[in-house]
Amino acid sequence: MEKFEKLTGIAAPMPLVNIDTDMIIPKQFLKTIKRSGLGVNLFDEMRYDDNGNEIPDFVLNKPQYRDAEILVAGDNFGCGSSREHAPWALKDFGIRSIISTSFADIFYNNCFKNGILPIILPKEAVDVLMKDAEKGSNARMTVDLENQTVTSSDGEVFSFELDSFKKHCLMNGLDDIGLTMEKAAAIDSFEAQASQARPWV
Amino acid sequence: MSPKTLYDKIWDAHVAHEADDGTCLLYIDRHLVHEVTSPQAFEGLRMAGRSVRAPDKTIAVPDHNVPTTPGREDPKNMTEDSAIQVAALDKNAKDFGIHYYPVSDVRQGIVHIVGPEQGWTLPGMTVVCGDSHTATHGAFGALAHGIGTSEVEHVLATQTLIQKKSKNMKVEITGKLRPGVTAKDITLSVIGKTGTAGGTGYVIEYCGEAIRDLSMEGRMTVCNMAIEGGARAGLIAPDEKTFDYVKGRPHAPKGAQWEAALNWWKTLYSDDDAHWDKVITIKGEDIAPVVTWGTSPEDVLPITAEVPAPESFEGGKVGAAQRSLEYMGLKPGQKLSDIEIDTVFIGSCTNGRIEDLRAAAEILKGKKIAVKRAMVVPGSGLVRAQAEEEGLADIFREAGFEWRLAGCSMCLAMNPDQLAPGERCAATSNRNFEGRQGRGGRTHLMSPAMAAAAAITGKLTDVREMM
Repeated sequence: MEKFEKLTGIAAPMPLVNIDTDMIIPKQFLKTIKRSGLGVNLFDEMRYDDNGNEIPDFVLNKPQYRDAEILVAGDNFGCGSSREHAPWALKDFGIRSIISTSFADIFYNNCFKNGILPIILPKEAVDVLMKDAEKGSNARMTVDLENQTVTSSDGEVFSFELDSFKKHCLMNGLDDIGLTMEKAAAIDSFEAQASQARPWV
Repeated sequence: MSPKTLYDKIWDAHVAHEADDGTCLLYIDRHLVHEVTSPQAFEGLRMAGRSVRAPDKTIAVPDHNVPTTPGREDPKNMTEDSAIQVAALDKNAKDFGIHYYPVSDVRQGIVHIVGPEQGWTLPGMTVVCGDSHTATHGAFGALAHGIGTSEVEHVLATQTLIQKKSKNMKVEITGKLRPGVTAKDITLSVIGKTGTAGGTGYVIEYCGEAIRDLSMEGRMTVCNMAIEGGARAGLIAPDEKTFDYVKGRPHAPKGAQWEAALNWWKTLYSDDDAHWDKVITIKGEDIAPVVTWGTSPEDVLPITAEVPAPESFEGGKVGAAQRSLEYMGLKPGQKLSDIEIDTVFIGSCTNGRIEDLRAAAEILKGKKIAVKRAMVVPGSGLVRAQAEEEGLADIFREAGFEWRLAGCSMCLAMNPDQLAPGERCAATSNRNFEGRQGRGGRTHLMSPAMAAAAAITGKLTDVREMM
């Protein structure tokens, strides 16, 4: 997995609340058996009209946001379907961090498996960063994972909380499965004990 | 011993390893797999030279992307991309030696219907699947939740998940439900009250007399939509109804093991003085038959209400409601019962079980549909067979419904079962998101009985007027 340390980039504002994973990547793109190549269909139904032409008003179609690496989004981003195609599509487009007041549980976890940092901040902070993002490509934000801060283009600094294990894995680009396999002995012993206690499982 | 919730008890029984920071390896008893969110996970195993750690606890069935029309056993009758995904699951199940129900098997169906039906899902288990509606299995007092594909690969390889414990939330539905009110109305009403993020960070336990009174099918409907309220999982403590449902199913324990299991299952309830981080109480008698009007499952109102004005909301919801009404083609103040519909979809892991089909058939008996098309997609081949045996299929066909084969179908519309732009659908599924049932499609969620009533009148209808 790609490491995440520090990122300074363009942030795109998406103030809509409850952006669901069906919006992020509609179902017709779940027919792939690969993880790659989904960026072109990110937000497909909001981004393209029925003929496949770009809708100019959609934020990521605007010239100043085409290279966005950060999203500042409304409450409850990533709700709905568990499809990991959502973070795959975001990552493939180039989004490395998303800032919101809240994320849906499964989406939040999926981000960390793909080198994306979802950041939870209080509403007041998200409001400030949303306004900052609205300034366009001249206003670049900085996300610093090690220090757990987001710095607006004006230099205003917001600190965020993060689970220490998730931070460790993301900063070092660690593979979860490899880490867990190091604990195989614990799993073996649990399995032996559980098959005694609950042999019907 | 300190008092525990049901969630605490199941959690504690499954922690295989706990790190100093509280990060746990949670052991997984049942891993359900389908064709859409698993190919990349199996590919990851192959590339790393890994095997499936517990193939006997891993069960696969194609459901999301399969056609629901006859002849689908022949891949030529599938779209090319569906055929590729189904073939990949066929191969992965064979190569890795996991349990498998192919499309040609009468036991095939929606993964969350097949699991309980075959007795894979048992009280006190941990159950995961690469699908958010895995919460369904919580109806058995199993800790069940959806995971992403990376986690699917993690569970395949290690039979564990890296987890931190969620908080405990109690949702109590007191007293009795009124006539015409169903499990679907309970679960939608709870989301209407808490919002789609109200459960984020929590595992919900549903309790109270109205929940106890529900059948297992109804309880599955309630837990199924816990995810729509943002919760990691929904749970209902097992009781005699649960044990009766489980007993005798193909993979349920038998003989001495049944007795041993039962002894443990009977300890699976929340202790009286257990700690709850959040409590919601709703009176059963206050719940009405509801429908959704917008593009989020929290956009719920009684069928007797009117389309709300966006200004009646606060914060970001004002803009979201405006966008919803525009998408749905509705105006504030319009009576919900005046909304005309084109299509009816009965099915899904929320409402594709036998009881759901009975409830719809009860309303449809001897009537004809007044909509352009109506479709019943049973949740499994066995539900379908039972419905045919009970004469329900004839009622549906005579009313003008298409009687389909089992699958997820128009709930997520990955297969050809889709809405056209602007087409308005009364659906028994779980999500009314923009484009969910087809680009530009307009979805109103409701119970099977309400969907049947809508099919007869051609508009959203209070089912109580037909009872």
